[in-house]
Amino acid sequence: MTVLKSENFPENARAAIGDAKLQAALLNIRTIFRNNRTRIVAATPEFEELRHAGAAIKREAVANLDVYLQRFDAAATAQGAEVHFCADAKSARETIAAICLAENAKLVTKGKSMITEEIGLNPYLIAKGFTPVETDLGEYIIQLRDEPPSHIIAPACHVKKEQVAETFRAAHPNRPADRDLSTHDSLLAEARAELRTRFLAADVGITGANMLVAETGHAVLVTNEGNGDLTQTLPRCHIVVASIEKIVPTLEDAATVLRLLGRSATGQQSSSYTTLSVGTRRAGEVDGPESCHVVILDNHRSEMLGGDYEDMLRCIRCGACINHCPIFANVGGHAFGAVYVGPMGSVLTPLLKGLEEAHYLPHACTMCGRCAEVCPMEIPLPEMLRKLRNQTHAQELTSATSRRGLALWTYLAERPRLMRGISRIGGVVMRLVGRRGALRRWPMAGEWTRFRDLPVPQGGGFVDRANKAKAKG
Amino acid sequence: MTEPQPTAAPRRVALFATCLVETCRPSVGFATMKLLEDAGLEVVVPPNQTCCGQPSYNSGDRSGAKRLAKRVIAEFEPFEAVVVPSGSCAGMIRVHYPDLFSNEPAWAGRAKALAAKTFELTQFLVDVLGLETLKAKIDGAVAYHDSCSSRREMKVLAQPRVLLKAAGAEVRDVVQPEECCGFGGTFCVKNADISGAMVDEKAKAAIATGADTLLAGDLGCLLNIAGRLKRLGSEMTVRHVAEALAGDTQTPGIGEARK
Repeated sequence: MTVLKSENFPENARAAIGDAKLQAALLNIRTIFRNNRTRIVAATPEFEELRHAGAAIKREAVANLDVYLQRFDAAATAQGAEVHFCADAKSARETIAAICLAENAKLVTKGKSMITEEIGLNPYLIAKGFTPVETDLGEYIIQLRDEPPSHIIAPACHVKKEQVAETFRAAHPNRPADRDLSTHDSLLAEARAELRTRFLAADVGITGANMLVAETGHAVLVTNEGNGDLTQTLPRCHIVVASIEKIVPTLEDAATVLRLLGRSATGQQSSSYTTLSVGTRRAGEVDGPESCHVVILDNHRSEMLGGDYEDMLRCIRCGACINHCPIFANVGGHAFGAVYVGPMGSVLTPLLKGLEEAHYLPHACTMCGRCAEVCPMEIPLPEMLRKLRNQTHAQELTSATSRRGLALWTYLAERPRLMRGISRIGGVVMRLVGRRGALRRWPMAGEWTRFRDLPVPQGGGFVDRANKAKAKG
Repeated sequence: MTEPQPTAAPRRVALFATCLVETCRPSVGFATMKLLEDAGLEVVVPPNQTCCGQPSYNSGDRSGAKRLAKRVIAEFEPFEAVVVPSGSCAGMIRVHYPDLFSNEPAWAGRAKALAAKTFELTQFLVDVLGLETLKAKIDGAVAYHDSCSSRREMKVLAQPRVLLKAAGAEVRDVVQPEECCGFGGTFCVKNADISGAMVDEKAKAAIATGADTLLAGDLGCLLNIAGRLKRLGSEMTVRHVAEALAGDTQTPGIGEARK
């Protein structure tokens, strides 16, 4: 699998913009996701109140995380689940592999789970001799293509259906070579047929969770494909993988957050399937797992409590910020070189992986503020990106040129006469060269003039002339 | 439209022209001054003004931003109100100065006080002065671009349209008006490819309005979009909304040759 590096973001972006297939695929995000959300928010007059209520629930849950996690642990354990708290990715991977080993598992089906992407679970399971199979259609496609997801709720949004057809032909060699794979329906039917046998044969099913309900021990899972249900009810062992901040106090709270989640993510009132599961099969029940584990990951999240970035722990992974980010819309997810992409990813990745590795991401932003506007959890994403920028500057992770430039700017801006003098000289030279009012090229402005002309300054300055005119009266 | 507030309306205001107006387009400063004087105000241009500190603030150089912000606070706090022909520089003072000094008690109060009396130009004219008529007459259709900071930080959306309509103009929005033009301060050169794609889309959206003039309240966006329009060979005239409202049609548009 080739994974791009976030520190090469500008180069990754240039390649993405030149990739015609990717650009065609990205148009869907802009039109479908954005329009659907706009429509349903307009049809939900109480949306702003809902947003305040949802954010308040998560604020309270995050502020009392220790209490609610213990409550969840007790409730889920009482229903037959075994709860595992894992401090880091390594411990979570090992815990999950140990469960698979104890179950003597071969085939492991997986519902879509960003936490398993975060901890790099699939390569680890493969190395340990297990066969993980992704059952979400998008995840299935990228697993076959050996690519990372490019979006947290639409992992294959960078792929066109013609590319999916190619992938399926290569991955399913026993099917007739002349079959029609030109439509969405035909692709869906083939994926469904392939996955059906895996659902039935799986020994262990791993799902993520959109929420963990403290009062009852339930894991709440939403999907549009029903694959989550088949993954968690058919195998003899079910593993839920979630991170600590997925906690909500009560079922009623979960209902409020669900109303925000569907609307913000895909513009749906609710996702097609919303499943609450807890524990193992009860006596007399015909299906459900015989053993159930809940793996709860910290991985640096508890370090965010009480600090500058605590707000990020309210994130419900709806993807609204990503869908409305103009940067993502132009380059897609892979250019970010991270599991979590777009605005939420550019905040979260440096916090999870360290600023040294992800220092560029907070700068991959115009500060337009649209992400914060659509965030259902009222997370001040641009403010947090700016705080991360402060850290990159303080730790000298930004370029020396950029830091020297800023120091020079401050020096000049503290000396109005000098600043105006330099500006006047520059203006005179530019006007001599740029008689048509705009320059096609200019030294030191090469990156600007690659795409646009450089308008020539009018000259004369304002402040001194305005005051001279006033003095004359 | 907000009712005029005669008791609160200031008589003497300070004009913060911004460093881009000073260095690139002084006509915006003169147009702003004219609009304020036509409304019967005494306008002061504090002589030591330069930059609000936004480039440093957004690049993570908090101490540089503070140094420049302190200069602005000291220079502008004596006045009843501060008017800025830019949503992003006004937003820097209004929204971000209080944040910048939240842990410096000696400056926090002064930053907050200045924030409370700092306005974007069209916001000041409409919301504070309750201006309903203008001397200038604008014929025909103009396209209007809302900067992200005007729209989201300063909540300026209706105000420029109210004024342009009062002057007789038909105001046309560009498609996807919420979308950023791609300027983003240093972003436009650090991430030139993305910025180039974004401004291309915005320039084409402006052309698609069919209007022959594009107006906005922020010089950063204007230089960006005008530069792309020129590169595309468009004849569209691009100016700051202050110029249009002050009736300045003599000054060549941004990126156009002197007459």
